[in-house]
Amino acid sequence: MLDKNGIAKRIAQEVKDGYYVNLGIGIPTLVANYVRTDISVEFQSENGILGMGPFPIEGKEDADLINAGKQTITALPGASYFDSATSFAMIRGRHVDLTILGAMEVSENGDIANWKIPGKMVKGMGGAMDLVASAENIIVAMMHTNRKGEAKLLKRCTLPLTGVGCVKKIVTNLAVLEVTNDGFLLLERAPGVTVDEIIAATEGKLIIKGAVKEMSI
Amino acid sequence: MIRKTVTNVSEALAGVQDGMTFMLGGFGLCGIPENAISELVRLGVKDITCISNNAGVDDFGLGLLLHQHQIKKMVSSYVGENDEFERQMLSGELEVELTPQGTLAEKCKAAQAGFPAFYTPAGYGTEVAEGKEVREFNGKMYILEEAFQADFSFVKAWKGDTAGNLIFKGTARNFNPCMCGAANITVAEVEELVPVGELDPNQVHIPGIFVQRIFQGKDYEKRIEQRTVRQK
Repeated sequence: MLDKNGIAKRIAQEVKDGYYVNLGIGIPTLVANYVRTDISVEFQSENGILGMGPFPIEGKEDADLINAGKQTITALPGASYFDSATSFAMIRGRHVDLTILGAMEVSENGDIANWKIPGKMVKGMGGAMDLVASAENIIVAMMHTNRKGEAKLLKRCTLPLTGVGCVKKIVTNLAVLEVTNDGFLLLERAPGVTVDEIIAATEGKLIIKGAVKEMSI
Repeated sequence: MIRKTVTNVSEALAGVQDGMTFMLGGFGLCGIPENAISELVRLGVKDITCISNNAGVDDFGLGLLLHQHQIKKMVSSYVGENDEFERQMLSGELEVELTPQGTLAEKCKAAQAGFPAFYTPAGYGTEVAEGKEVREFNGKMYILEEAFQADFSFVKAWKGDTAGNLIFKGTARNFNPCMCGAANITVAEVEELVPVGELDPNQVHIPGIFVQRIFQGKDYEKRIEQRTVRQK
């Protein structure tokens, strides 16, 4: 079974040379730590920077330089700043190659819910609805089940949706799955995790073709 | 040269009244119009609608207006860092219109540019689309979103000149340029106000035509919400 850093490490393998990548808050943010150093990748943060760098060295924090998670960051050589409308033109106009974000639920047809629990938690969608509505390549980083052990990969989402039919790939602590027209196709299992365990933790339709290989991370 | 300068924040906010709709720049606490917010608190205007990506934190930014119960309605994309906000929203004291971030920015830009509405794919098939016109273009579904209408825009820039030209810094730019000229009156506060001729026209982000009033801000706190650092 993977921890959060393990999920990030596996997702980092999906990041290819020349990609502009938008990373969501939480596990997705960790992906930047594991991207191969021999490829060129630029990270976009939707509050208005392309070419986002690591956290600043202590004492060099700049209140005018943050990421979408409101964390202090740095800008790499070649970076640029822009306004929010331009930022979402990059996203809506499909100039960003890969979007990685978290989810509370994903359905077998690729619907995603991650912004609201009615009556309990309403933090808002931020840029998530714009991202999932437009991105061609969306990877969801999430735990396979919630804290109560209930499935988060469902036939249909129970929470208010963020987007419909948009998720392409999911990496969880247990597995890598692809969203197909027929359901969740199990591509890989996490080290030490059996196919039966994945079946038991998944509510939506799970497709298993032959032997499922173990992730290499 | 048309002079846009006002001497202080009180003069800058002249005409602000109860029940008005305001746009406020900023992302989190980054690039918020601190001086204008303080003055709104001092004036005590009530029943206002605020269009702003976030709602500040409990004791800073728009959180200050929330605590005084001055805000009737918030139009935002993300409100996660404010307990008082969540309390007022869940109890029904505060009306909230959650809007996808890119849509929020574009509703400002549309108002600035004279477009009454636009189609966007963001929110299709979700609660956000309820009651809105849906239309298909080239096999993809879009919803119709209308431009904002607001009485005042309060924006914060890094540098500005007396003609209202503005330059922003870092990610403090965010929604500020989109809100310039998007309301009846745009009020810009700047960290450094310079005479005309000192800004390189090549470097101006927002031309002064989109700004009606500009003033030299003071006492900027520029709070950091998440101070994250790495080791050397």
